[in-house]
Amino acid sequence: MSAQEPTLVAATPKKPARAQSEAGTRVRVIEPGTVSLIHLVKDLWRSRELLFFLTWRDIKVRYKQTALGVLWAILQPVISMVVLSIVFGRLAGIGKTITSHVPYPVFVYSGLLPWTFFASTLGSSSNSVLGNAALINKIRFPRIALPIAASVGEMVDFGLSFLVLIGLMLWYHVPIRAGILFIPFLTLGVCMVALGLGSIFASLTVKYRDFRYIVPFVTQIWMFLTPVIYPINFVVSKKHEWLFNLNPLSGWVGAFRAALLGDPLNWGQLGISVGVSVVVLLAGVYYFRRTERRFAELI
Amino acid sequence: MSAAIEVRGLGKQFRIGVKQRVKNGATIRDLVTDGVAGLLRRGRRTEENDAKNLFWALKDINLSISQGEVVGVIGKNGSGKSTFLKVLSDIVEPTEGRVVIRGRVASLLEVGTGFHNELTGRENIFLNGALLGMTQQEVRRNFDRIVDFSGVGKFLDTPVKRYSSGMYVRLAFAVAAHLDPEVLIVDEVLAVGDFAFQQKCLGRMKEVAQDGRTVLFVSHNMASVEMLCSRCVLLDGGHLMDDGDPYEITRAYRLRMSEMDNHILANLDNVEGAARKVRILSSVCLVDEAGALTSYIPISRAFNVRIGVRIPAGLRNISYVVRIESTFGVRMLTLCSPPNDTELNVPGAHEITCRVNEFPLTMGAYRIGLGVFQGREMIDQVNDALSFIVTEGEVFKEGRAPLAGMCVARSEWGIEGHLIAADSDAIPNSSLLEPTLDAPGEVEVAELEGSSSLCA
Repeated sequence: MSAQEPTLVAATPKKPARAQSEAGTRVRVIEPGTVSLIHLVKDLWRSRELLFFLTWRDIKVRYKQTALGVLWAILQPVISMVVLSIVFGRLAGIGKTITSHVPYPVFVYSGLLPWTFFASTLGSSSNSVLGNAALINKIRFPRIALPIAASVGEMVDFGLSFLVLIGLMLWYHVPIRAGILFIPFLTLGVCMVALGLGSIFASLTVKYRDFRYIVPFVTQIWMFLTPVIYPINFVVSKKHEWLFNLNPLSGWVGAFRAALLGDPLNWGQLGISVGVSVVVLLAGVYYFRRTERRFAELI
Repeated sequence: MSAAIEVRGLGKQFRIGVKQRVKNGATIRDLVTDGVAGLLRRGRRTEENDAKNLFWALKDINLSISQGEVVGVIGKNGSGKSTFLKVLSDIVEPTEGRVVIRGRVASLLEVGTGFHNELTGRENIFLNGALLGMTQQEVRRNFDRIVDFSGVGKFLDTPVKRYSSGMYVRLAFAVAAHLDPEVLIVDEVLAVGDFAFQQKCLGRMKEVAQDGRTVLFVSHNMASVEMLCSRCVLLDGGHLMDDGDPYEITRAYRLRMSEMDNHILANLDNVEGAARKVRILSSVCLVDEAGALTSYIPISRAFNVRIGVRIPAGLRNISYVVRIESTFGVRMLTLCSPPNDTELNVPGAHEITCRVNEFPLTMGAYRIGLGVFQGREMIDQVNDALSFIVTEGEVFKEGRAPLAGMCVARSEWGIEGHLIAADSDAIPNSSLLEPTLDAPGEVEVAELEGSSSLCA
């Protein structure tokens, strides 16, 4: 070829292999190309069994050989709740003043539930690619299956923590409302943000390894910027509330509380959350698809 | 009929240095530096700068494989074989060119990929099957046959981490052996396992080939390529050098290899290869009994394989493998360091010694290949690292010439219940002895000199 080679290497967006049918036989074309969303969906659908097995593997392995097994799923939010209740609820004396209609432990747990799901999903999906280096190098499959499998795995934990919340509500005689039926949708909403961001971090972590350490750190700080342990009016004046609401998690946590505890639902906040979540998901998946072709070379 | 695999103008370019930097822990600081460098470079992109960092692992590959052909791909280390397979398996994206594959493809680049130690054999069969592209239905249909093939049987429900490495490999291959694709892409997976198992694998590959499937097979074992393939392709430096009859091409390749200088010390630092995940192997040489570097080892003598290694910190459970192969690539023997030998794991630059006390192979030329494993995973490999020649000499210091055969072994001869070692002092080395009677009923068996003339 000629002296134009260097420009070929400047990583322009590439198209993944297409598989079409040609009189019944599957045909696979492999060439440099561009990214397409439709192809992604088709590819995922075709690899659905693999996606199932990856998820199943993650879940199974998670608790094998652990002494407490499945209890670990519940322990983290429960302990957080207990500690936070003691620190904020009793010692700081905040409990009674901010949450009059619900006991603080229930208030905080109802925020911790979606938050823990978000933080864990973000963490697992960010590590999903690097942690599966062997697969990336040897097997052909849509790489996005890895963060997705990680997210689905976390949902199992979420389910268990949710049961604990129900128990907690019963204990404190907090009525269980119909809003509880919305929880699955809200969970999906949180999942969107986690998956979108997780995909971006997963890709970045392949090339720049210390993103592994950044994610937990960022998550920690983020928790304090989200009204998980405190209600939104506690820290922010009405004027700056919109800033807070840019954080998609604010909307989801708020909606969780509304559904579970009967707090008034802030539709504006929820609307912003939905919008931002969808954007984050699409941006994350797009970035991931663009970069996934280089994974095998970098891992 | 259109071709099963069609490759047109395929090229794959890598940027050197990036992977090394990433492996050494690229940080966010590098992210920023890259970003800035990228911005600056947009202004002044110099070709020479690029040429330094980029290299073509594959260039201008044109190949057309019809359905039912079994094609072997050979080439030395770094010739681009593994990269070629990875591109065809859609794991690495080509930089230019186009590949069209018609039919269901299955790639077997490694045995046991995706096996998880905590899961049982049964669970891993399903997992591995799904990873290789088998549907659940197919796995279930073939389940019993897979278990039979592997011989794992009663251990099916124990976690795979408890399996011996032999069982592990057999199970992994058993799943792969029941793949039913139209196009099969295989990478030197026959290099694992014991001899019996390798025969089984070869047998299965033959079956697959005879079934009319299209197979693309990479190997450095000429014998298996000749045996299985109807067509052979030679890669060198990323280019397709030759394409045709396996017999002719492997002969030519062997000839070229033996014409290369017989190095006494091979420097492995610059050897490329897809299997070189961590560059641990840096040199290899042979040292004879007297302590001198050499390429010639007298038959049945001791020698040391001295392997220069550079072990990065943080690796554990490292073991080394020395593979001795005939010039044709047939594996003669495999030497393996003891597992959990922490001495061999110490980080830094050292020379590891593998001592063979009595090398049993007969006269001829051999090649040494090296492998480094972390647990069960191979992290570095150099095939054909060094060649050496076994020369004529006294066998086991018994004062006798080597007899016909591929190898030599010690023997003790005598009447049942009374064995005498062949080199025992009691028996002089010279001519035919007459049996002497020490006491009634006792017979002393004498050495028969000149046995070489009887048997040779």
